[in-house]
Amino acid sequence: MTSNIVEIDNLSFGYKGRLLHKGINMAFPRGKVVAIMGGSGSGKTTLLRLIGGQIKPTQGEVRVDGKVVHEQDRDGIYQLRRKMGMLFQHGALFTDLSTFDNVAFPMRELTDLPESMIKDLVLMKLNAVGLRGAHALMPTELSGGMARRVALARAIALDPCIIMYDEPFAGLDPISMGVVCDLIRSLNDALGATSIIVSHDVKETFLIADYVYFVADGVVAAEGTPHDLMQSTLPFVHQFVHGEKDGPVPFHYPAGNYQSELLKQRL
Amino acid sequence: MERTKIDLWVGIFVALGVAALLGLAMKVGNLTSNNLGKTYSVSAAFENVGGLKPNAPVKSAGVVVGRVADIKFDSKTYEAIVNINIDQRYAFPKDTFANIYTAGLLGEQYVGLEAGGEDDSLKNGDKITQTQGAVVLEKMISKFLFNKASESESNSEPATATPEN
Amino acid sequence: MIKSNLLNSITRLLIGVGHRMIARVWRLGAGARLFFLTIIYSGESFRRFHLTLREIYFTGVMSLLIIIVSAFFVGMVLALQGYNTLQKYGSSEAIGVLVALSLVRELGPVVTALLFAGRAGTAITAEIGLMKTTEQLSAMEMMAVNPIARVVAPRFWAGVISMPILAALFSMVGVLGGYLVAVPLIGVDSGAFWSQMQANVDVRADIVNGVIKSVVFAVACTMIALFEGFDAPPTAEGVSHATTRTVVISSLTVLGLDFVLTSFMMVV
Repeated sequence: MTSNIVEIDNLSFGYKGRLLHKGINMAFPRGKVVAIMGGSGSGKTTLLRLIGGQIKPTQGEVRVDGKVVHEQDRDGIYQLRRKMGMLFQHGALFTDLSTFDNVAFPMRELTDLPESMIKDLVLMKLNAVGLRGAHALMPTELSGGMARRVALARAIALDPCIIMYDEPFAGLDPISMGVVCDLIRSLNDALGATSIIVSHDVKETFLIADYVYFVADGVVAAEGTPHDLMQSTLPFVHQFVHGEKDGPVPFHYPAGNYQSELLKQRL
Repeated sequence: MERTKIDLWVGIFVALGVAALLGLAMKVGNLTSNNLGKTYSVSAAFENVGGLKPNAPVKSAGVVVGRVADIKFDSKTYEAIVNINIDQRYAFPKDTFANIYTAGLLGEQYVGLEAGGEDDSLKNGDKITQTQGAVVLEKMISKFLFNKASESESNSEPATATPEN
Repeated sequence: MIKSNLLNSITRLLIGVGHRMIARVWRLGAGARLFFLTIIYSGESFRRFHLTLREIYFTGVMSLLIIIVSAFFVGMVLALQGYNTLQKYGSSEAIGVLVALSLVRELGPVVTALLFAGRAGTAITAEIGLMKTTEQLSAMEMMAVNPIARVVAPRFWAGVISMPILAALFSMVGVLGGYLVAVPLIGVDSGAFWSQMQANVDVRADIVNGVIKSVVFAVACTMIALFEGFDAPPTAEGVSHATTRTVVISSLTVLGLDFVLTSFMMVV
């Protein structure tokens, strides 16, 4: 058994001939919190989908627990997914089910546990995210931060070995952000799981991550511990970490000469 | 609690559906008259069955006593062989007369049975010998026209032919 | 120059038509695949029947009111119109036959299917489309739960169970509506109304065929609604377009299928 629970080898993926990833190598060691960072549209979320086996790579492979994901049949992939929990960007709570039923959903679907035990487990998971009191509310009655926490409780319902977070901090107020931030770290350590965070929020991510990969232009542009990256002199990393508006990633979308275009219009 | 309420409503819904189907079958349709119970089968040869169809009623004195099972063509006698199922409760003499009638001027066609006078009754597999086929409208009209024509012919002839008679 | 321009635009037109045709065929194939998968993964909808029961509640029970009210009016209008024509031929007693046959053979299954597409079909499309938009289907898949087994199949079977029930109710209520107009209002003899009806409505040829029709319509309407939802682009606009398409395609399919089925039933 290798010490890495998820390994990405020379992975390429693209839609319609346009490659989004061009040979990515990553490793996610057991028990660690690893972050994947990069600008919007750099294919971070797609990486999570590749790990979850929702899409197949164009080239290369993703191994989860030693098994090549895209070579598994449907049952094999489902077997792997039972080891994973995923927190979607907007929570993706089932809007027709109450908070309680949302967290109970994976247990009811995938296990034969008796209802009384499910009840105890659900309340335990909700308690872990501090929302035991909200178990009767419907998702529409929850605030954004609460919904994110319920989704987190649902993601860890079956005690997964791998927890994937897709933009866990996006659109949250500072307090909720801090709460979610704390939860990710403490749940990871309590469950002994491996966490993969996809995010572009530098401050929060650097606070909890053990290791960070930077993705840009379809390749891993930089990697290292948060401390190393803060010191990095790579222009791209520097721009990203310090949030400068212009640098290697230009402010302007590629366009022709502004002056000549203005003149052309006038003619 | 939610679930039992839904169960109740779905139960009501299905019960309503079954009731509607039963209502359609009993009240709107003719499920009752279509079920003849035990029947015996007899056949009859007709010169012409017109628009008679399988499952058409067989009536005697206006009461439905059976149904037409099938209609075949006999290539030896060039007649139509009609098999009819008659309810076991009704017995008919062997010399019963079978007609093909039309309900109303343009209505559907049915087989009418008129009882004869013999003591022996028809049994399963028997054949009704006395039959009269359907009245075909075109035939009737052409007959009528033909009669008219020959009438007028015989009317115009007297001038030359009558003296000889 | 002009000639080549004309040629160019014709070529472009043909290419456009071709692309659209290919897109249609592609969607047809994808729909057929979804239908196939739905049948394969149907086990759960029956093993855990409360999933299907819940959907019967939403598609069937919630459609009761619109079905009953429409049926009542349709029956009444049929009786009025029928009386108007029949009395010219002195056979106003046949009004019961006219109302019952039109309802049982055609209007019951067809109007129910059209109303179903508008009431339940759009709801199904919008719900599934939104579930897709908000990543609920993805989330389900990531939890190793098959969305076709968990979401699509129960709704499919609920539709297939609900529609014949609704159609039977429609016909029955329509006949009652016709009765109300014909007997107390117009003054047709009650006995003649029912006996003529019973003499001319055949259980097998009319009522059973009507039920068969509504089952076929149910499969078509529910499947179209499910597929449109499943296939909707995950945006607000995409879902709204898909909902519209559900109504349009379902209606056209029902009317087309009705012709085909009727002609088959006439032959048999």
